[in-house]
Amino acid sequence: MSRHQAYRNYDYENDLEEYDGGNYSDEEELSPEDEAQMKAATAEVSTALGNEAHKVSTAQIQQSLWHTYYDVDKTVAYLLNKFIAPPTTKPPKNKEAASNKKLASSTKKKGGSDEKTDQAADGVKALKINDTPLPKSKNLDVLSEFEKSKSKKSASFVVVGHVDAGKSTLMGRLLLDLNFVDQRTIERYRKEAESMGKSSFALAWVLDQRTEERSRGITIDIATNKFETATTSFTILDAPGHRDFIPNMIAGASQADFAILVVDAATGAFESGLKGQTREHALLIRSMGVSRVLVAVNKLDTVGWSQERFDEIEQQVSGFLSATGFQLTNVSFVPVSGLLGDNLVNRSQDPAASWFTGETLVKELENSEPMVRALDKPLRMTISEVFRSTQSPLTISGRIDAGSLQAGDALLIQPSGEKAYIKSLELDSEPVDWAVAGQNVVIHLSNIDPIHVRVGDIVCDPKSPIGCIDTFTVKVLAFDILMPGQVDVHRGRLHASGQIMEMPALLDKVKGTVVKKNPKIVKPASVARIRIKMGSKVPLEAGQRVVLRSNGETIAAGLLE
Amino acid sequence: MQLVGSKSAQRLNDLAGGEGSVSLLPVEPEDMWHANNLISPEDVIKAHAVRKVTTQSATGSTQSERVHTDLTIRVKSTFFDTAASQLHVSGAVIVENSFVNVGQYHTLDLELNRQFTIWKQYGWDSVALEELQSAIKTDKEGAVAAVVMQEGIANICLITQYRTILKQRVEHTVPKKRSASSDQEKGMKAFYKKTLDSLTRNIEFGVPRPLLLASPGFVAGDFKKYISEEGTRSGDKKLMAMAKEATVVHSSSGHLHSLNEILKSPEVLATMKEMKFSKETRFMDEFFDRLRKDDGRAWYGTSTVTKAVQEGAVGIGGGVLLVNNSLFRSLDIATRKKYVELVDQVRAEGGDARILSSDHESGQRLDSLGGIAAILTYPIHDLDEDEEDTAQNNGDGEQETII
Repeated sequence: MSRHQAYRNYDYENDLEEYDGGNYSDEEELSPEDEAQMKAATAEVSTALGNEAHKVSTAQIQQSLWHTYYDVDKTVAYLLNKFIAPPTTKPPKNKEAASNKKLASSTKKKGGSDEKTDQAADGVKALKINDTPLPKSKNLDVLSEFEKSKSKKSASFVVVGHVDAGKSTLMGRLLLDLNFVDQRTIERYRKEAESMGKSSFALAWVLDQRTEERSRGITIDIATNKFETATTSFTILDAPGHRDFIPNMIAGASQADFAILVVDAATGAFESGLKGQTREHALLIRSMGVSRVLVAVNKLDTVGWSQERFDEIEQQVSGFLSATGFQLTNVSFVPVSGLLGDNLVNRSQDPAASWFTGETLVKELENSEPMVRALDKPLRMTISEVFRSTQSPLTISGRIDAGSLQAGDALLIQPSGEKAYIKSLELDSEPVDWAVAGQNVVIHLSNIDPIHVRVGDIVCDPKSPIGCIDTFTVKVLAFDILMPGQVDVHRGRLHASGQIMEMPALLDKVKGTVVKKNPKIVKPASVARIRIKMGSKVPLEAGQRVVLRSNGETIAAGLLE
Repeated sequence: MQLVGSKSAQRLNDLAGGEGSVSLLPVEPEDMWHANNLISPEDVIKAHAVRKVTTQSATGSTQSERVHTDLTIRVKSTFFDTAASQLHVSGAVIVENSFVNVGQYHTLDLELNRQFTIWKQYGWDSVALEELQSAIKTDKEGAVAAVVMQEGIANICLITQYRTILKQRVEHTVPKKRSASSDQEKGMKAFYKKTLDSLTRNIEFGVPRPLLLASPGFVAGDFKKYISEEGTRSGDKKLMAMAKEATVVHSSSGHLHSLNEILKSPEVLATMKEMKFSKETRFMDEFFDRLRKDDGRAWYGTSTVTKAVQEGAVGIGGGVLLVNNSLFRSLDIATRKKYVELVDQVRAEGGDARILSSDHESGQRLDSLGGIAAILTYPIHDLDEDEEDTAQNNGDGEQETII
């Protein structure tokens, strides 16, 4: 105890002074290397200061150099600050500071122009507050950059349809015919597929990359791929058709501007598809806000390119699409063969198919207008993939729903509420400086722990973040009978469990007025306002579209209020 | 739970309607849950307690020690920790002893293998008696372990006769498909490992018990394969046996509420036909089916169901009243009485009155409907007419404001 007390009264000041003294004596005994370095640095500093150099003495320069360990930039800034132009402005915030710091150093590298020195001073001053290296930002005005760069329009489309309708094969063929996949790769796939006894799946393997998907011959998760035509760069989102993987399909549809609905023309297959996922997928894309649909009537070669069959399918599908709420002017039909490639890129050479006079699938795609992008809204992006890449241990990808971002930006990840910085960005596997709504980007993050980032989370602007809520009201269109009970809530990749708490009102379909209060059940095809409580807080905001599913069926879809 | 003291069967009959006391000895964790259902506010509980007693000596120095004593309290509230199966009962002491005074508060932690005695303030009504009877039943069937999973999420739970216990939720980020699919596979392996580890940690597989693996797609099947591979690799007989016992079931998602699909699946029904919950699940399914058809025989909500029961529509010939036990735990004695009367009336008319456990999947579904529902013997279409009328009026009012 007594010893502690002795320490309590210990004269630290004394010690410190001694220590300082030692330090100074060190300085006087500069080693030859140090001296050489000091000389070089002094010269550098004086050039950097330019015509302000006369305001400081060599001694002052050298002293500050010693303190900054010969860091020329810091010294210059320190001198500017202290002796030349003591700034009156408050230190800027961390993020800007970081960017300014980089700006400062880049200015210096170019030789140091006088008008930028002030900024440099600010930057280094702020540096003293936060020394962690953050990714640099070029502070671009992304929107004007985007306007300037206007090269090609970009659009993404989702490929949907019943299981085994040939969605992946169709897309594989499309990529092959457009030379985005070379024939050699296909041949390799064909060999491998043959050894597994599934030679007809070779084309689908272009998109079905997972071993599971290949061995089972079905798509499980969304596959994204790119191709370009003369006017547009497209992103393909190949959706799984199997009913178990509808959540993945919803994730894909939420990123799409328009959809290709693939129907199998083979006898029996079309009919079973119409009862199955053809219907559900159509409902889903409609409720996700996709209005333009291309119906690819696939495998028409198996029925000898029968026009009769095509017309029959066209009639049935358009009947049910218009019942679903699509406008028929936004729906077009193309007879195709995914396996052989007819009417995809090139017109069918088969004389039996000569009756078809419409456009090929690619032409139809080019004619489709992508949706209007919410460029000037605050940033929102749903993370659709999280992975590790060579550039960063945490890389995410997804489509920007609204707003824009650029390298160096701070981001907020919801619901974890953690902040991250953009280290770098990739668009179509090309490094870029910025990206805007509608583009599918790959973002390399820094300054965040991977456990805070999950698929389905939302990336947003820290200045106007999206809120995390667990109870919300939603105006829905019912596809099945709704009653209080547990449901799965889907919004893009987000897939969470919730509960219909109450159903306050049945609404008029057109006017939106209350028809009946507190209905016991809500019948299919009616509109109702319901309250949902989630099991945990999820990032959601008004105006977003959600899909409700229960027991493997889509029961309703609607807009958050 | 064991009944302590005299000849049990006779005692129980004596209890009916009376205010007698029962001494019970919980012997397994499940008993704590029964005790929680049995004990309601205002009841009197006598049990073993550990209490910190502080004494002050003449010189002013204080000394505190922990004493073991028996305390009798009037229950104010109970807290049941589902995961740990612990029951805490708090209330005011009503019998003084050398350590505590009347009116002091104490929270009793009921323990396994220590008996406690319960007096019902308002007597043993039919529901309480039924609760007691089910509590002291000894022919328990083994609990079933289930893993409800999807890519990246696994819910490990234990389904017992009376409740579903979520033991652990496993979340793991599995890389989505990129050109490098090896990452994805590695991620799935890591996810399976994590799930298997928490499964073996959370659920005792020393005694053979059925294991259900449910998922959309192939996740559950692959997980089963993973378990058996792990078993062979490490030569772990227990794991191999586990994989052999495991049943793969289809579910539409990996969330816990998919459990109702699993409990309906033929594989499960075959093994667990006679368990209480499977009957309840069947009743709930029937109820929802009828609600879907809107045939006028399925109604939910307290006021409508009460009306139906009063009209005698829930009686012999298919009438079923479904009530969640959470309603009986209501603080207000009058409310509890009301529900007990409903149950008694339905039974008197020959209908089936079922008390569902709100800790069970079927009970949770009922909970979302307000905790009470009924399947009527004959259809009534206008049960909620009065309400509807008022609603209509309100609706009109709203419309006017819009215009």
